[in-house]
Amino acid sequence: MKESSSQNANVVAERLRAWNSKAVAEVIQFRDETTIVIPREFLRASAEHCRQDAKLRYDLLSAATCVDRFPHEPRFELNYQLVSIPRRERVRLKVRVSGNDPVVDSLVPVWPGANWLEREIFDLFGIRFNGHPDLRRILLPDDWEGHPLRRDYPVEGYRDVPSTGELFRKSSTP
Amino acid sequence: MTTVDTATGAAKTMVLNMGPQHPSTHGVLRILLELDGENVVKAIPDLGYLHTGIEKSCEDKTYSQAITLTDRMDYLNPLGNNLVYCLAVEKLLGVEIPKRAQYIRVMMVELQRISSHLVWLGTHAIDLGAMSVFLYCFREREEILKIFELFSGQRMMTSYIRIGGLALDPPTGWRQAIERFLKMMPSRVDEYETLLTENRIWIGRTKGIGYISAEDAVALSMTGPTLRAAGIAYDNRKVFPYSSYEEFDFNVPTRTDSDCYARYLIRVAEMRESLKIIRQALDKITNEGPIRAEAPGVIPPQREKMKTEMEALIYHFKIFTEGFSPAPGEAYVSVESPRGELGCFIASDGSPKPLRAHFRSPSYINLQALPKLIEGQLIADVIACIGTIDIVLGEVDR
Repeated sequence: MKESSSQNANVVAERLRAWNSKAVAEVIQFRDETTIVIPREFLRASAEHCRQDAKLRYDLLSAATCVDRFPHEPRFELNYQLVSIPRRERVRLKVRVSGNDPVVDSLVPVWPGANWLEREIFDLFGIRFNGHPDLRRILLPDDWEGHPLRRDYPVEGYRDVPSTGELFRKSSTP
Repeated sequence: MTTVDTATGAAKTMVLNMGPQHPSTHGVLRILLELDGENVVKAIPDLGYLHTGIEKSCEDKTYSQAITLTDRMDYLNPLGNNLVYCLAVEKLLGVEIPKRAQYIRVMMVELQRISSHLVWLGTHAIDLGAMSVFLYCFREREEILKIFELFSGQRMMTSYIRIGGLALDPPTGWRQAIERFLKMMPSRVDEYETLLTENRIWIGRTKGIGYISAEDAVALSMTGPTLRAAGIAYDNRKVFPYSSYEEFDFNVPTRTDSDCYARYLIRVAEMRESLKIIRQALDKITNEGPIRAEAPGVIPPQREKMKTEMEALIYHFKIFTEGFSPAPGEAYVSVESPRGELGCFIASDGSPKPLRAHFRSPSYINLQALPKLIEGQLIADVIACIGTIDIVLGEVDR
């Protein structure tokens, strides 16, 4: 198990390096999982390569999410879980994004399934995706203030929302 | 809420608002349908009516406290949610779970799969006008819920699977209860099939409806029965086995028609496969043995030890007050939920609370393909298509 995952790391990193020597910033092995860190400017091209390359064939984008490491910079880490159905392999692509300029290229042109995943990240983290066809909030109302999954957003929210009990007491007192 | 531009802008089309209180949306899904007569020209799903911020809440709880939140996402598959979350935390911790606990986990999750498919079949059939199937399905689901109650004391939000193993040892008489269920169920599945599989109305309402090609399904990240109905045998239990699934002998049913009828057949076949797995698990589970891993300071110690050993008492106190801290790092685990690949990504910063817990919910991602399934179809088929994607809004909105 351990051996196969590190072999896989070599294959992915090797193929990406063979295509462009700057495309792989770092390879992380943790708990049998491979994470390839990619510089932001190479994200879409690398993803396209992972999908098209005959030795990689990562045809399914299974998940995408963001981690906020506030107050460290670059605070955002975007994680893309790729699955190759024919090769039965998994890999994670990671891109680090600064909080001052939270913009990355959208992966919708590569995997159409990235559409709602990216909308969710935009909604909850406020990261913008270049070239996304329909970048709107998806889970929260359009007029929501802030991006709740950022670490500096309080768990209780910003606004004081009265509880049902308070509302009831207010309406029942003359 | 959301403003819509109609596709054509021509006067002959109208926009119809479906939901969020429409009974066939199985919760609070809203779809904006642009119609040309009875044909759907464009469909825009609008979500978020059930968004409860579970992922944000997880960040404010210790690792063990967050288990109860996971129950409430996919409320038809609470044990599966517990399982994926616990597997992810266990992967971060690097603990090995005793085989006996793994087999019990498999058995419970497969029972859950059957109960989820029963709810799906019942509600899908009632959407399409077959009332009696609904009553039969809920009759059998009740038996499964009784088994859950026997094991955990709860019918639905069991939180039975815990980090490191299980909450409780199986109770007295559990084997007979499962045996009874295994004896009863196959003929009941036959019964549903006699009602539906060759029913002309059922075939008329589902065959050839909601087609999606295998390429489109993969491109749109669909997983689960919807993807297998398109002919791709992608099942996490086989491809990335977890909880000792590699030791079980079962098939992954696939079809190639990729319509609502094929998805129905797949789910019925999966119920039969699950029964096979439960039978094997029952034979593998020993009467005696540990149900929790041994990892001092991380996994709660056994009750008996706490009465005699000081360390055990201290660990117990510490685990339930300040929690435990996995090493900094990230882990992603996926399981095959009744709806597809249910994934859990956890990032730890070395504190007792997760830095980030993300759930890859299969209904959310499968729902993305809904416009593709229904555009160009009749409005009556929209209901059949929503039904066969098998969405659970608690999981879609989280």
